[in-house]
Amino acid sequence: MKKIEIEGLNLFYGDFQALLDIRMSVREKAITALIGSSGCGKSTLLRCLNRMNDLIEDVRIEGSVKIDGKDIYKIKSGLTQLRKKVGMVFQRPNPFPLSVYENVAFGLRVHHMAKGSELEDIVGESLKAVHLWDELKDRLNRSALGLSLEQKQRLCIARLIAVKSEVLLMDEPCSALDPLATLRIEDLMQLLKKDYTIVIVTHNMQQAARVSDETGFMLLGELVEFGRTPDIFTKPKDKRTEDYITGRFG
Amino acid sequence: MAKLRKFKEAIIEKLIFLSGIASIVFVALIFIFLLREGISVLRSTSLGAFLGGKFWYPISDPPKLGILPLILGSLLVTLGAIAMAVPLGIAAAFYIAEVAPSRLRNILKSFVEILSAIPSVVLGFLGITILVPFLKRFLDLPTGLTAFAGSIMLAFMAMPTIISISEDAINAVPREYKEGAIALGATHWQTLHRVIIHGALPGIIAAAMLGIGRVFGETMAVMMVTGNAAVIPNSLFEPVRTLTATIAAEMGEAAKGSPHYNALFAIGIVLFVISFLINLTADLFLNRSRRR
Ligand SMILES: Nc1ncnc2c1ncn2[C@@H]1O[C@H](COP(=O)(O)OP(=O)(O)OP(=O)(O)O)[C@@H](O)[C@H]1O
Ligand SMILES: [Mg+2]
Repeated sequence: MKKIEIEGLNLFYGDFQALLDIRMSVREKAITALIGSSGCGKSTLLRCLNRMNDLIEDVRIEGSVKIDGKDIYKIKSGLTQLRKKVGMVFQRPNPFPLSVYENVAFGLRVHHMAKGSELEDIVGESLKAVHLWDELKDRLNRSALGLSLEQKQRLCIARLIAVKSEVLLMDEPCSALDPLATLRIEDLMQLLKKDYTIVIVTHNMQQAARVSDETGFMLLGELVEFGRTPDIFTKPKDKRTEDYITGRFG
Repeated sequence: MAKLRKFKEAIIEKLIFLSGIASIVFVALIFIFLLREGISVLRSTSLGAFLGGKFWYPISDPPKLGILPLILGSLLVTLGAIAMAVPLGIAAAFYIAEVAPSRLRNILKSFVEILSAIPSVVLGFLGITILVPFLKRFLDLPTGLTAFAGSIMLAFMAMPTIISISEDAINAVPREYKEGAIALGATHWQTLHRVIIHGALPGIIAAAMLGIGRVFGETMAVMMVTGNAAVIPNSLFEPVRTLTATIAAEMGEAAKGSPHYNALFAIGIVLFVISFLINLTADLFLNRSRRR
């Protein structure tokens, strides 16, 4: 099943074209990785999927991005619904300056999804889903800013689970974490894959190889090659992909 | 050569140290002077009668030196100013920092700067010629020279401080919070009032406190528009006299060493202590907002 289909996507920051005619599809309930050297447009592409680029002034976008068959650039209103459905995890864990509880409850409150004991239940379930419940159940009212980086990142994932996001966009979610924490977050991603469609940007090729089902390699705004992860890493079709994964540039 | 450089550096270090110390010494000297001149008021009246006395008749015989009407006058004018300047200032800061398109933002910011550059006498002058007659007619008062007029003037003076410091605090809220909220589907408004305000709160409180401090110590503009009647006020729409205006108006005519003269210095001590407390609170909050 295709969850996301991107066709003929061009993006310009002013006069600078950051994405060139991207064509790609993302499988439902699978992990798709985007790799490529710094500045090639991975984050830009990812941010097209929840229309976060709309926040930047002077951005022009052409082409279509269909999620569940609907072009997200054609909807006139309901950007908040889109962003609820397509959640994002950032490179630097960014819990709000609120309590642990309020962080998870945030989306539920904003979207008026639950109240009272139902809200409490969902917060608890969401924290359990990211394996934070046992560690934090006695500290729900403490500020989330005091958590470890790994806990913060899990909390940010819990925020999305709470609002029942269907797609999780992760922009280098582990680059601020130590190697063990990274592995644990990867394990979590494997679990989440059963219910969520995940797109992850990573600089770490081993990570892409370990966690993803499909991989796209980007270079200077182009999606050079896209395919099943084992294929990309063992028999790349494009010379440039091969050079990159064998470490010849990048 | 190396020795010379070391020598030079030592001198510079000492100079910097001295200028740092100098500010402390000056403050200490001022306070000692205030204390020495002011404390003798206790020879002619008790502390309770001074702070709590309802009558300020400094030139009657014997003088009545109760500053309660002045304290209440200052409080009333200040509270009135805060009630206007704090909400307006914070709202303006949010508008400038988060809502206004960038061109309008720059225009507004320069206006705020201009407002802060207007000397207080000039504001007072505008107050007396425009605001006071307007209040008299519009509110149908016996006189426009009221605490309310003073509050409006002071609100104008406090606004630039409150706006620019709150705006800094709002801008200092990490972008990531905002992005996180938007990416979760929060609207701009929800992001503002559920996330950004929490990040900026200590800075905003500090801004309000500094604005209050600015207002409390202000003299000129208030003296010109409040009517200067040293009686306990019943409402915002009556003439009042503030602590600062009392010193400014009477210092020239009080005989050196007289109880009146000492009482004016004692008022100075009261002002000093209150301002100090206000600034201290502001500092506490500013530090907290920096540590975040
Ligand atoms: N807001 C912006 N305005 C102008 N140019 C931008 C903007 N954001 C990104 N760019 C440019 O677009 C290109 C792609 O940026 P992007 O952040 O998507 O790269 P990336 O692959 O995520 O890089 P990294 O691995 O360093 O995160 C870069 O050349 C960058 O300089
Ligand atoms: Mg990036």
